[in-house]
Amino acid sequence: MKSAVVQLPGLNRDRDMIAALTKISGKAPVTVWQTETELPDVDLIVIPGGFSYGDYLRCGAIAARMPVIQAIREKAEQGVKVLGVCNGFQILLEAGMLPGALMRNASLKFVCREVKLEVANAETAFTRAYAKGQVLRCPVAHHDGNYFADAETLKAMEDKGQVVFRYAEGTNPNGSMNDIAGVINARGNVLGMMPHPENLIEAAHGGSDGRGLFASALDVIAA
Amino acid sequence: MIKARVTVTLKNGVLDPQGKAIEGALGALGFDGVGHVRQGKVFDIEIDSADKAKAEADLKAMCEKLLANTVIENYTIALN
Repeated sequence: MKSAVVQLPGLNRDRDMIAALTKISGKAPVTVWQTETELPDVDLIVIPGGFSYGDYLRCGAIAARMPVIQAIREKAEQGVKVLGVCNGFQILLEAGMLPGALMRNASLKFVCREVKLEVANAETAFTRAYAKGQVLRCPVAHHDGNYFADAETLKAMEDKGQVVFRYAEGTNPNGSMNDIAGVINARGNVLGMMPHPENLIEAAHGGSDGRGLFASALDVIAA
Repeated sequence: MIKARVTVTLKNGVLDPQGKAIEGALGALGFDGVGHVRQGKVFDIEIDSADKAKAEADLKAMCEKLLANTVIENYTIALN
């Protein structure tokens, strides 16, 4: 399975993401710059975290209007898997590729800590290596992770299993509705999540709970 | 030259933690009777044209495409 990592000014988790994808798949991902309109033929495109365009206007708002995001939208429509982590999730929402929006954390504080994540749907292309209800450790680091969707949208998403990860055991760090930490599109090939699974993939990180997500998406055996 | 002011505010029902914090701070400063406070954004935009109808249509498109996130925000446009 081949992967690509998007690079935009202000994204700073790209190197962590490249390291995780390389270690788990055995192949370095292709990197893609914001102005590119012809994307390489890959199975998974990742938009990593950071502070694209300084979070100006709204987090992810400017990045979502860049040519590369339009190209990613077209790939997603063809069925290519797309993963957005943290600012990548904000960008996918701003691009309208996932429902809802991310607001300022209810505490108004930047949170950087470890949370517990419950796998709410283990039947997605990103979570097959996990079991439904399994609780993972995962780091978060964000200021705007407070998920919002109107009541009708939220109910439709819950009914269709589009909520993939929830903050568990009282660790919701941001006031997110229904403890939502990650959501998937109706087709099941675009996942956005605030926590950073790429930062918990090996012993040196103090655990490897995040590995299963990449192993699922890249079709490799989780180790 | 047309000068426009675009105001973007959160929709009703969308939690506004910053507005809440400001509300609390106004109370702490001793201002009585402060009800709900909602925080928004203001954009002053100059448009090099005399065609107000076109400017208004363009500004609406700007709001829809970039200035507001219509999932959570409303916008108003004023020309002068």
